[in-house]
Amino acid sequence: MSAAEGQQHPISIYLWIWGLLFVLSACSYLVDYLQFEGYLRWSLILIFMFLKAGFIIAIFMHMLWERMALITVILLPPILILFLIWFMVDEGTYTFLTREIMFSAPDFVPETPSHH
Amino acid sequence: MANDAVASTVDETRMGSIVNDWSGDKQAFQVPWGKAMMWIFLLSDTFIFSCFLVGYMHVRISSSIPWPNPSEVFALSFGGEPIPLILIAIMTFILITSSGTMAMAVNFGYRRDKTKTVALMFATALLGASFVAMQAFEWTKLIVEEGVRPWGNPMGAPQFGSSFFMITGFHGAHVSAGVIYLTIIANRVRRGDYDKKGNYETVEIAGLYWHFVDLVWVFIFAFFYLW
Repeated sequence: MSAAEGQQHPISIYLWIWGLLFVLSACSYLVDYLQFEGYLRWSLILIFMFLKAGFIIAIFMHMLWERMALITVILLPPILILFLIWFMVDEGTYTFLTREIMFSAPDFVPETPSHH
Repeated sequence: MANDAVASTVDETRMGSIVNDWSGDKQAFQVPWGKAMMWIFLLSDTFIFSCFLVGYMHVRISSSIPWPNPSEVFALSFGGEPIPLILIAIMTFILITSSGTMAMAVNFGYRRDKTKTVALMFATALLGASFVAMQAFEWTKLIVEEGVRPWGNPMGAPQFGSSFFMITGFHGAHVSAGVIYLTIIANRVRRGDYDKKGNYETVEIAGLYWHFVDLVWVFIFAFFYLW
């Protein structure tokens, strides 16, 4: 009865992943500590982030051992967020450029921020 | 009966199993309903946090005033030179540790080791509580000493405050709720509710929530503090 129940894995796998997450977190902290800049910084941040997220979902949340029906229902919908990111990057860049043009106009008088 | 015959003709490979599970007249998810529902809830929560982070990305891209440097804003000095981002790093390690203890609590639950399950769950809740305490310290420091407000701050782009308070506030609320949730479930384990019920799946469901909170922090750490 109990042998067939729930997720059964050796404890060692959790300790290994735990250690790995520690190392990955230390690496992401080092990215800041060592003051990496530009594309090197951004790509390292993303790599460590996705590795950490992947191990948490796959091992700690047991996604690796779930059936495909559940995996697809949970992991596919968030892909749509990529579209939101794309639209908002586009929109944000446009707003930024508009502000750069407007605020640098010679007759531009900045609005005094009101006190709250 | 006929259904079983059809199902057995479809191959049970990774992709074949998805056809089997969705092909009508039967339960789609081969997990306890509570676990399926927790996953659906976490999916919806994923979209909430995504909206916050994308909103933050948008105001940061569109700001013509430089964004405050999180590395300096969240630096902390222990007598000597300020160490960049050190409190946030400690909070990250605490949350990962709590995820590790929670994963082991679930495992010991399925092994029917009540004592260890309860101990590890309380340890998880305690680590979570210390995370919230550090966050309270961080907020106090930012509001009182640095003068950060939702509508402005002395360091740069005014949207920094609103993004920070909204994102970390919502995450902190999740951690706080998780601490209460775990304490309640751990107490039920201690009382022997799940021995009577015959299974420990409730512990795994609580674990899913807790790991999700840790997962969200991974993204906040990367995008808000490190970027």
